[in-house]
This record gives sequence, structure tokens and C-alpha cells, in this order.
Amino acid sequence: MGYTEHELAKDLENQEYKYGFTTNIESDKAPKGLNEDIIRFISAKKNEPEWLLEFRLKSFQIWKTMKEPEWAHVKYEKPDFQDIIYYSAPKQTKKYESWDDVDPELKETMNKLGISMEEQQRLTGVAVDFVMDSVSVATSFKEKLKELGIIFCSFSEAVQEHPELVRKYLGTVVPSTDNFYAALNSAVFSDGSFCYIPKGVKCPMELSTYFRINEGGTGQFERTLVVADESSYVSYLEGCTAPQRDENQLHAAVVELIALDQAEIKYSTVQNWYPGDKEGKGGVYNFVTKRGMCGYRSKISWTQVETGSAVTWKYPSCILKGDYSVGEFYSVAVTNNFQQADTGTKMIHLGKHTKSTIISKGISAGQSQNSYRGLVQIHKNAEHARNFSQCDSLLMTDICGAHTFPYIECKNSTAKIEHEATTSKIGEDQIFYCLQRGIGEEQAIGLIVNGYCKEVLNQLPMEFAVEAQKLLAISLEGSVG
Amino acid sequence: MTEAIQEKKFEIAQQSGTSAFSTSSTKEARKEFATLELPTTRMEAWKYTRLAKLKRANLRISDEETVSRELIKEKLVPGIEGSVLVFVNGFFQESLSEIQAESALSITACSNADQLLQFETVRPNEADFFDTMNQAYATDGVELHVRKGETAGQVVQCLFLTVGNEYYAGVRNSIHIESGAAAEFIFLYDSEKSEQCLNHSLTNIQVDQQATLTLNLIQNSDPQGFCVNRSYVSQARDSKFSINTITLDGLLVRNDLFIRVDGSNAETHLNGAYILKGKQHVDNHTTVDHRVAHCESNELYKGVMDEESTAVFNGKVFVRQDAQKINAFQSNGNVLLSDSATVNSKPELEIYADDVKCSHGSTTGQLDEEAVFYLRARGLSEKSARSLMVSAFIGEVLDQLGNEELHSHIYTLLERKYAWVL
Repeated sequence: MGYTEHELAKDLENQEYKYGFTTNIESDKAPKGLNEDIIRFISAKKNEPEWLLEFRLKSFQIWKTMKEPEWAHVKYEKPDFQDIIYYSAPKQTKKYESWDDVDPELKETMNKLGISMEEQQRLTGVAVDFVMDSVSVATSFKEKLKELGIIFCSFSEAVQEHPELVRKYLGTVVPSTDNFYAALNSAVFSDGSFCYIPKGVKCPMELSTYFRINEGGTGQFERTLVVADESSYVSYLEGCTAPQRDENQLHAAVVELIALDQAEIKYSTVQNWYPGDKEGKGGVYNFVTKRGMCGYRSKISWTQVETGSAVTWKYPSCILKGDYSVGEFYSVAVTNNFQQADTGTKMIHLGKHTKSTIISKGISAGQSQNSYRGLVQIHKNAEHARNFSQCDSLLMTDICGAHTFPYIECKNSTAKIEHEATTSKIGEDQIFYCLQRGIGEEQAIGLIVNGYCKEVLNQLPMEFAVEAQKLLAISLEGSVG
Repeated sequence: MTEAIQEKKFEIAQQSGTSAFSTSSTKEARKEFATLELPTTRMEAWKYTRLAKLKRANLRISDEETVSRELIKEKLVPGIEGSVLVFVNGFFQESLSEIQAESALSITACSNADQLLQFETVRPNEADFFDTMNQAYATDGVELHVRKGETAGQVVQCLFLTVGNEYYAGVRNSIHIESGAAAEFIFLYDSEKSEQCLNHSLTNIQVDQQATLTLNLIQNSDPQGFCVNRSYVSQARDSKFSINTITLDGLLVRNDLFIRVDGSNAETHLNGAYILKGKQHVDNHTTVDHRVAHCESNELYKGVMDEESTAVFNGKVFVRQDAQKINAFQSNGNVLLSDSATVNSKPELEIYADDVKCSHGSTTGQLDEEAVFYLRARGLSEKSARSLMVSAFIGEVLDQLGNEELHSHIYTLLERKYAWVL
């Protein structure tokens, strides 16, 4: 990409501060609870067209008929859906007056992650005075993208400026009827991101860079739609490694990816939301629906590093509709203390010669429960489909749990499916080897865990791979059993 | 005497009054059964198995059918000397059976219902449809008991035969191997000129300290028959339990195996093979519950599906919190020979202890064309090349059968059914 943050900072210094003001949206909140009026209120606030309001209302009707799913291997107190504020205008987050007020523990964590000073300040919400102002940085990137015809903006903006695209693709991969939380999201989604890559365009930068800056305040019901037109390529990263102290307990996001013929989408997630304290109190519920649709010879690759949230319920999936399409899923899920994760993927093979790879690495520590739940489905016409799945679990203490629930359904005799899973703990001989060579136990565990997750971390964009590696070590701190 | 029990959608009529199991618990079970609904595919344990065909059958209980001695001989495994117990449509046939008395082993047919239900096992808490059905309607059963420290001198064969149309053949068995004892049994599920019969068996098994039990289940009922088989096993310290489930025929076969390992240093082996064609549906569910440390379990299930057949495999390994040093292996292999065949495989691990070695693997594929070509190049016909490959694939499971007579008997049955050229 050849354009670093520092170069950008210099550029911006010489540039006129164009968008230096922010519209102060009236800080109004919707009343608690969920009903049609609230949905109309959200829609009106966002000045949405009629069809989108209808989409929301229809989803709400569907949601009302649905029951909360209970099949996942997690236990939690069900959220009260009438006790949530579904709309609150994004506010300027200035949580701390000066850098000295910031929680030293948080600072230390960020130092360990190797996050730059500027970003640390931004993430913690300290008033930032210097050039790294998010709005202008974002704009500069945006112009570069604009030259190539790439649309990348917030979901609300896309609804206003590119309604035809949003209308065409919204709900095509994850329909409102899909599941309880997808229906809820479709009814009340606050904002999110929209991305469109035109035909034949290879997006020159990791969209992450922009995203990292612009992410704040996207809310708890996020909606992401990524459309890669024929023969295009995009790499997209959401989330960040820094700990996110979020007030919202329930997060129900929907992500839809559409890879048209010969397009490729690489979607990486690093999630480190508040997992609750050491006694298992509090923490975020992360109930996400992520799915991609693959056209002819296209490819969708999901990579996720999940370390946060009290309860995770997430299955990034691929519908391999086009012939010769490829789906990939690389995942590292770490649970510590009282965290619970039920995560995995679905690979639905519809087209001929479709291929999928699943690499899932689960690490459980503390008293956590970590499950892999996956589906590989080969349909009747999916000739010569190929799947390889590997799900490994690592147990760090004798009171945590690691579970594997793979579903393999095959209706075609030319398909080849392989699935393997192992569960074990870190070899005592491996630790002993490290100790002998003067590497402390904590470090040794970090080293072994990183080696164990390497296959997945290698899939992440460079700069995040480094952070993710450190993140793993931090997540497992003090978990030696 | 005709007794019909009205149930919303599922009904079993009883035509003969000679049931050995007409105790108060039976009556209670019938009452409960009347309130239960047939499991549907919405239930996780029945996700891939539809019971619509069973629902349509008008099942009744009757002992009116009889069979000849010659037929029984044909159905048994040749070359095995030992006691033979014959059940026709769920009723014990004393005249066709042959019980050889032995001091080490006691064989009792027609046992008491309550006695057979004594073992507390990993049974699900809520009322189970087929368990209750068995409790309510099972007619006879066999109790096999091997005394402390002794080894049974014979291999007992139990033949559960269905004859005629639309019968409910329910049996409830109990096997108890006392400490230090050893035995091997063969349960044969077969049929003769029979359609739409439900061969239903529930077996409670207790393997005490240092005891060894090998149980072979051979399912070869007619292509229009239903077979529901459930075994509850509890294993004590240092015991060894092996079960071989071979399914060769049947329209709808469901096997549930619940094994609870209660003692340390116990060994469990589960082997299964299923060779299907036509519209057959075979569903194997296994649960191994490791409750204590230092145990080992090995599971190997392999199947070949042809034509429009469907196979389901659901293996579950539980390792409880304090059950350290467990080695549990689970493997499921499937070969699809036709485009209309289906396989659903779900190998599960649920692990709550850290110092364990658990793994599972599942593969689905077809015969390697290159290997077939290799054999063809060496002068084998297409058919024999393929049957050689299939038998080699299944052979891995069949070779686990320690009993040579049984091993060759199964190959004979397979040759008869599939006209294998070997």
C-alpha cells in the first residue's frame, strides 16, 4: 500500500483543515423499549426512504414471531429486549479530560499491544489536539478510494447516496427470517458500513486502516454490507485489538458479503470486547450473523481472532453458490475466566467444484467454555466438492471446557470431506524444553500458543497479526493451570 | 383377548395375553406412553431420521406366528457351539431354543420387567419415546449373568426374529458380568417373510470390576423392516467392554448406545459397520461418558452407501471435569457409491478436563478411481475391483471381530446380498 500513517500525518499537516467541524446532532435518545413507533422513529431520524422503513417493519413482524435460540452451548441471562435503548444519537466521546486520568491498567495493556500513542489516546477517548484527527484522516483515504470508484461509507450515508445498491443487496444473504438476532438487527440496526468495489478493481489498501479510525459509535446493532463486483478484490478488517469498554451489553450485528463472479473478499475480525470481570460479572453478549455469498470462481475468506465478550455466538459462513468458488474460515477463539464462546462456520456447497477450508483453534482457560460448531453441507448438485476441516482445542486448566460439534451432511458421491479434531493440553515436555532454555513459564505458554495459532494468524493483515499475537499472550495472562 | 391402546397418532394393539411383563410399572408406562409423541426431526437426536414410515405402520403384538427349526438353523451363525435363544415377534420360543446349562453362566429367558430396569445409566431425564414404549409393550427378554471370576465356556446366540407383517416385537434384555468374569454374546436381529415390523430391543448392561464383555449386534432384517436398538452400559474399574454393531439390512435402523464409564482404567471399544442400498436408512448414535480418570475409548464406524440409502452417524464423547488422563478416539469413514446416497456425520466432543487426549475424524468420499484402475490393469473386472475395494474399506471394522465364525458368516451374508466377487 505504500502509504503509512506517518506519511499521512505529514500530508495532513500541509493541508487545509476542510472538515474541521462536526455537526452537533441533537443528542436525543429514543425511549426504552421496542415497538413499531420506535422503528419509525429510528427510520425518520436517519431520513430513510420508504422501502427501508418497510424492510425494518417487516423484519420486526418476523422477529415478534421468533423465539430466542437455545441450542448453543452457552448459558447466560437473557437480555430484556424492552429494556434497551434502540436509538441514541452518536455522541462525542470524551471520557477523560487528560491522558493522566486514563486507567493505568488500560494504558499498560495498550503498551503491550504496541499501539501507537496517538491511537491509544483516540481509543481511550482522550481529547486529541494534534493532526491525527479522525474525520480528516478518513476523508483523505476516502478520496483515494473515490478515484478508483470504490464506495466506502457508513451505512446511513450509503442509504442516502447509493440507495439502488443498498436496496439491491440488503438482506439477500442474511434475510430477516434467518434467525432471531438477524431479524432484530434488520428491524433496529443503527448504523454500520457499506462497501462497494467496482468491476475489476483491486482495492489498494486494507480497508481496516480507515475502519479503525472511523469505527467509534457504530452502535450495538451494526449492519455491514460488502459487495465486490466481478473480478474485484478487497480486504476488510473490523474491530481492533485494543480492549473496548462498551456500555452496551447486547451486540447483535449482521454482516453480509457478496462476492460476484471471480471476486475475492477477505474479511478479518479482531474482537476484544469487555469479557466481564474475573468473577464472570458483566461483559458483552456478542450474537452475530455473518454470511457471504460466492459467485462463479469467487472467494470469500473469513479470519477471526476472538478474545473478548462474555458470550459469543457467531458463525461466519459461506454459501458457495457459484461453480469453482472457494470458502475459507480461519479462527482463533480464546476464552478465559467465565467467558463462553460457541463459534464456528457453515460451508454450504451448492456449486460444482467448490472448495472450503476450515481451520479452527480454540483455547480455553480459567473456567470458560469454548465450543466449535460447524456445518459442512454438500448439496446434490455440488459435484466434486471438497472440504477440509481441522478443529483443535487447547485446554489450559482442569476446570474449563472445550467442545466440538461438527455437522457433516453429504448428498453427493463425488464429494471429498475430511474432518479432524483434537483436544489436548499444552505438552509438559514442551514447557519443560522452554524452561530449560531460560524461558519463563508465562512466556513459554505465549510462545506455544502462538505457534498453535500460527496457521490462523498468518491469514491476518501484517500489522494486525503482530498485535493479535500479543493480544493472545495478554488474554491468557495468569491462566497457567 | 385384544387390547388396543389409543394414542394420538401411534398405536400398538395387543392380541395375546401371555405377556410376561404385565406388572404395575407396565401399566404406568402405557399411560405415560399414551401422552408421548413420536420424535420429530426438530429434535436434535432425531435431526436426520424421519419416522414417518414407522408412524404409518399399524403395529400389533401377537404370538401367533411360528417358524420351523430349519429356518432357525439357517439364521444362526454356523460353527458356534453354545446356547441359542430364539424370540419370534418378541416372544420367547422354548421349543426352538437350546439352553446349555453351565455353572459360570446363568441364562434366563422371560425375565421380570422391574429387575431388568434396575441399572441407573446415562438415560436422559425426560421420558423417552422408545424407552417408554419398550417398558410398556416389551413382551419377553433374556437375562445373561456371568458369575464372579468365571469365564463363560460358550458363545450365546440370541436370535430376535420378526415373522409376518406389522408386528411389534419388543424385548428387554439384561447382561451382568460380575467382577473378574468374561463372556461373549451374539445378538442377531433378523426376519423372515416380514414387512413393516418393528424389532425393538432395549438392553441394560453392567460390566463389573475387571470383567470383560464382547457383544456383537448383527442386524439383518428384511428391507422393509424397522429396527430400534438401545443399549445402556455401565462399566466399573478395570473392565473391558467391546461392542460391534454390524448393520446389513433393514429399512429404518436406529441404534443408540449409551456407555457410562464409572471406574478408572476401563477400556471401551465401539466398532460399527453399515452397508446399505435401496432406500435404507441407518442411524447410529453413540455416547461415551467418561466420568473418571485413566480410561480409554476407541470408536470406529465405517459405512458404504449405495443407491438411495442414507446413513447417520452421531458419536459423542463426554469427558467430565475430574476425568483426567482420558484417551478417547473417534473415527467415522463413509464411502458413497451413488449420487443419490446421503451421509450425515456428526462426531462430537464435550470435554471438561484438561489432561486428556481426545480426537475425532470424519471422512466422506468415494472409491479412489486410480486404485480401481490399478486393479483393472491387473485383470480384475470392474465389479470385482470395486467390491474388493469396498470390502477392504469395511474390512477394517470387520477385522475387529474376534470371533472367526462370525467374521466369515458376515462375509457370507455380504456376498449373498451384494454378490461380491472376492
